[in-house]
Amino acid sequence: MSIKNMTKEKNWAGQKLVSTDYMLFEAPREKHFMTGSEVTKEAIKRCTVDASVSYPITPQSEAAHLIGELWAEGYVGMYFRGENEFGVMSEVAGCAMAGARTVTTTSGPGTLRAMENFPMWSGTRIPVQLILMARGINSPLTIQPDNLEVTFMLETGCMIWYAENVQELFDMTIAGFTVAEMPDVHVPIVTVVDGFFVSHTRESVMLPADDIALHPYNPYAAPLPPIDSEMPPGRFLRDPFVMKSNYISYATHASWQWEVRSAVDRSIPYARHYLNGLAHVTGDEDAEIVFVACGTASHQAKEANRELTKLGIKSKVVKLRTIRPFPHAELLEATKSATHIFVPEFNIVGWLDKEVTQSLYGKSEAKIVGRPRVAGGMSMPVEAILHEVLEHVNEEKGA
Amino acid sequence: MANLGPAYYAPYPVATYDGLLTPPEGKALLLTDIVDEEVAMREVARVMLTSENATIFPGPQVLYAWSDEAKKKATLIKEMSEVLNAKMIPMYDYRPKYPKIDPEVEINPNHPNLTIWHNDIKAAIFIGVHCHYANVALKIVRSETDCYTVGMCALSGHEDAMATIRDQHAEDLARFIEIAKEVKQELGK
Repeated sequence: MSIKNMTKEKNWAGQKLVSTDYMLFEAPREKHFMTGSEVTKEAIKRCTVDASVSYPITPQSEAAHLIGELWAEGYVGMYFRGENEFGVMSEVAGCAMAGARTVTTTSGPGTLRAMENFPMWSGTRIPVQLILMARGINSPLTIQPDNLEVTFMLETGCMIWYAENVQELFDMTIAGFTVAEMPDVHVPIVTVVDGFFVSHTRESVMLPADDIALHPYNPYAAPLPPIDSEMPPGRFLRDPFVMKSNYISYATHASWQWEVRSAVDRSIPYARHYLNGLAHVTGDEDAEIVFVACGTASHQAKEANRELTKLGIKSKVVKLRTIRPFPHAELLEATKSATHIFVPEFNIVGWLDKEVTQSLYGKSEAKIVGRPRVAGGMSMPVEAILHEVLEHVNEEKGA
Repeated sequence: MANLGPAYYAPYPVATYDGLLTPPEGKALLLTDIVDEEVAMREVARVMLTSENATIFPGPQVLYAWSDEAKKKATLIKEMSEVLNAKMIPMYDYRPKYPKIDPEVEINPNHPNLTIWHNDIKAAIFIGVHCHYANVALKIVRSETDCYTVGMCALSGHEDAMATIRDQHAEDLARFIEIAKEVKQELGK
């Protein structure tokens, strides 16, 4: 296998090159039964990925390992293990700066160990994809599901998408490369799933054939030339004194950061197209009780919606599929009828509750309830959600 | 709001704050309006022909002969400057300059306002500048100056310019030059 084997019709692995629209919306699909880790392999297999760097940490280790198998099978151009997550994310940046379509995976403490790299990624406008299989980061140490780590990622300048299940993880991974590589976007994409609940759970998933793959990344359509050590941002990385504002105005640093945020905003029309909307709404259209959630919490909220329907109580679920960019317009539209908005989350801090509250401030009369919150590996039983709803809508009698 | 600068004391992304993004394929952006490409070309020509010290800032993608397309564009941009009665000041690379740039002969994305202030430029076309550096510079220019900026872009355009035309390849530049000639005649310039 060699990049020299690439033709206009086929990639180096002999897969026929197709558009993202064809891959996501037109190619015939067959049903499979897979875990999130396995479906990550299947998505990467269809993306003509140049490079991947890995480091083991539960629960993403299997996904990283399976991408390594893709390298052995001739589908991924380069694969190696970093010395730790900080090294991995730095090496990923190097691959992407050299013009490679690059992917990596991590979880929990690995995310935090690599933290300095994420704003560097966005600041260097590299369109890498991080598949983040969220787990707890707290002490006492847990390897269990908990998405507290996402709150640390929110202001890194990366796009953040959140998949509910195995199917969404497959489709988002493919769409993620495409949107991230748009010339006017060209920032990293972090595709999040809840660890174990998605990474280790086997579900039905519809996949296109594996003899097709996305066209390769075109680094010549990047918003920066290949980075060298003389030119910013390479120069910033090489020479700390240039980072001081003796030679580059403070306004440049400010403009640069705003430009990264603008780039995330520019992803909105592309994400709306490839994700079929930034938010998905299910349930009763005119419901006064609205759940706003992402990931596995939205699955549990849909279960609560079904139980409330049995009780004769109308409700609906607004599943946010992108967190950065935050779907302000979609959220406002979907909560117009709300008197109570519940934000169930798998973390103790309620980062999504804060996002929702901030987004709707001054625009919605609804009472926003940032509960239930579970963490550290706890499951979120439907009863916990129902309890919160009945406590609030039936204040006299309680749940 | 997204309008002619100076906008604020800091280089806010005034366009995206207003919900303005790069124009869709086949369209252009004039301040807050998405318009047909030809409408934008006529307006750009008019502004360049009627503003003091109108200048074209060609970037590395058209200053160096790295492809046949770049060579064609370079020739066309020279013709464009003659038709628009515009000066040319190159942004020949993006490196910070020590101890400072010479604003008479160059523009740099790290402090583009210095060149615009020094030459009292009231309208400018950025062309052949890599998108990220163009966007960084355009935000600063909008913040610090009253220069009407135009982003003529080979890719998706620049919402931080007052006018942006996207997907501009050699044949599109040739079309713009013909439109500019018509506008010039109409204006009697």
